[in-house]
Amino acid sequence: MTGTDALEPARPKNAARAGRRVRGTATLVVGCVLAGAIALLALVSLFWLPFPADDTSGGRLTGPGEGHLLGTDKLGRDLFTQVMTGSRIAVEAGLGSVLIAAVIGVTLGVLAAFAQGWLDDTLSAFLDILIAFPTLLLAMLIVAARSATLGSAVLAIGLAQSAVVARLARILVKRVLAQDYITAARTSGTSWPRTVLGHVLPNIWPTLVVNLALQFGLAVLAEAGLSYLGLGAPPPNASWGRMLQEAQATFTTAPAGALAPGILLVLLVIGVNLIADGLRDTLDPATRRRRT
Amino acid sequence: MARYLLRRLVFLVVSLALASVVLFVLLRLLPGDPANALTSVGASPEQIAAARHAIGSDKPLPEQFTHWLGQLASGDLGTSFVSSLPVGPEVSARLDVTVPLTLAAFVLAVLIAVPAGFVAAHKRHTWYGALLSGVSQLGIAIPVFWLGMIFIAVFALNAGWLPAGGFPQDGWSAPADAIRSLVLPVVTIALVMSASLIRYVRSATLDVLGSDYLRTARALGSSFGGAMWRHGLRNASVPVISVLGIELASTLLGAVVVESVYALPGLGSMLATGIAQHDYPVIQGVLFVSTLAVLLIGFAADLVQRIIDPRLRGRLSGGAR
Repeated sequence: MTGTDALEPARPKNAARAGRRVRGTATLVVGCVLAGAIALLALVSLFWLPFPADDTSGGRLTGPGEGHLLGTDKLGRDLFTQVMTGSRIAVEAGLGSVLIAAVIGVTLGVLAAFAQGWLDDTLSAFLDILIAFPTLLLAMLIVAARSATLGSAVLAIGLAQSAVVARLARILVKRVLAQDYITAARTSGTSWPRTVLGHVLPNIWPTLVVNLALQFGLAVLAEAGLSYLGLGAPPPNASWGRMLQEAQATFTTAPAGALAPGILLVLLVIGVNLIADGLRDTLDPATRRRRT
Repeated sequence: MARYLLRRLVFLVVSLALASVVLFVLLRLLPGDPANALTSVGASPEQIAAARHAIGSDKPLPEQFTHWLGQLASGDLGTSFVSSLPVGPEVSARLDVTVPLTLAAFVLAVLIAVPAGFVAAHKRHTWYGALLSGVSQLGIAIPVFWLGMIFIAVFALNAGWLPAGGFPQDGWSAPADAIRSLVLPVVTIALVMSASLIRYVRSATLDVLGSDYLRTARALGSSFGGAMWRHGLRNASVPVISVLGIELASTLLGAVVVESVYALPGLGSMLATGIAQHDYPVIQGVLFVSTLAVLLIGFAADLVQRIIDPRLRGRLSGGAR
């Protein structure tokens, strides 16, 4: 990590790192279980749903039980069916946004890192301003410009997040470029493309992956927020945010509809965040190098 | 210092100018003519043309832009296409809700997060240190609007302690009512904001705790508290302040969801309505004011960081880079 590593007693540090790795693995497992359960729900919803999405035969606002695992909403639609569809939308929103953020963000970040002088200054100032603006508002602007669909929401969230990823990528690349091994590679005649692929990317991807996992959770939250405002996937798509918005008025009389989507949302985001934490502890190159 | 202030001021003005150009161009790229919002469905082409002429959206873009800049220079944010009311007074009325909401939530979040983050780092091997980290993990996963819904159900509908939403019609002329209606929104935002702040404070504190200078200070005989106060606080606060700046700026507008949950007439909901109605002057006005606020907050955060950390004084912009 720092240049002082060699001066410090080796054993305690190795022990601490080993501990970090074990804890990292445990965190990773818990995170995978949580996020995996929701992903499974999403996967199953592609092939099978307890009730058709527009089936309103269940009677309005019935409580949990009686053939409806979670009861029904104010139109008589099965809540568990909606929760399952919602898990699919949440996972799609997270994956789509992160993919966009990764592609645009990393490209911009690498470019900014290689740019020098005013171009670098301008790009970073632009990214700083963009980052200061709430993701949700950039998203609202884009969603309003296009129509309110899941696609617009994902595009909007992905674009807003790409600024964050770009700034991180820029800092990471700059840090790597300042290392002696880059100078060594360059003086030994390695071309820039080979340097980037062979030295820069392998050194920055662990940190990037961890950040992208965190962005996944944020994207899921942002999509829920947009849907709550009525700017996400239009009905009858049961996004968790929309379900919560619809259930708000009947929170005290029929709490299942206002609790279930929220709880699943929290579990998914915690799961993904735990995966990010676990990855950070296990992927850290400084940790990996010491493995014997 | 004077040189820095001058350069920073130039940077501020240039950023603001750039942002206003980007804002203007981006908005004009949006499909959908604002004149449609003014005319009813099935309006004749003549009626639409008249509406376009009335709001000036038939003029060439550069002319619209210079017109807008001219207005801005004289402190006028323009007139809403939809309500025909001036945007400036509306924005300042909204700020009466949003600024107290944001500042109170921000202060509360800092008051929660700084001690909690410190304890979470310093006492990380105890059960309560771990619990604090766990709670902050939970806090960043909770959608802010869902927390708001739960608070309304528990504290307003069930217990009946506080209003479930809305803001007094006559605003701050009834201060007690205004404060009561802001309590739940402030706590909602503060809790969610502090959850992420705790993580930053915790990691900044961990950096300090593992630092050589702290060990040296302790070896030279200073007490833990004394060393933290003299060396730790200063070093830990630099990264935290840059996060605080971003959090404050994003809460100013990001409160839109909370404003929607609690039906508060704030800046965020004004922007949301403006976007829905293609009301360019409203969108431009709100975003211009918020860009200004974002830049000023960034400036302030920079300045505070430079005062705290002399090593940053050689750079134009501190903190993140």
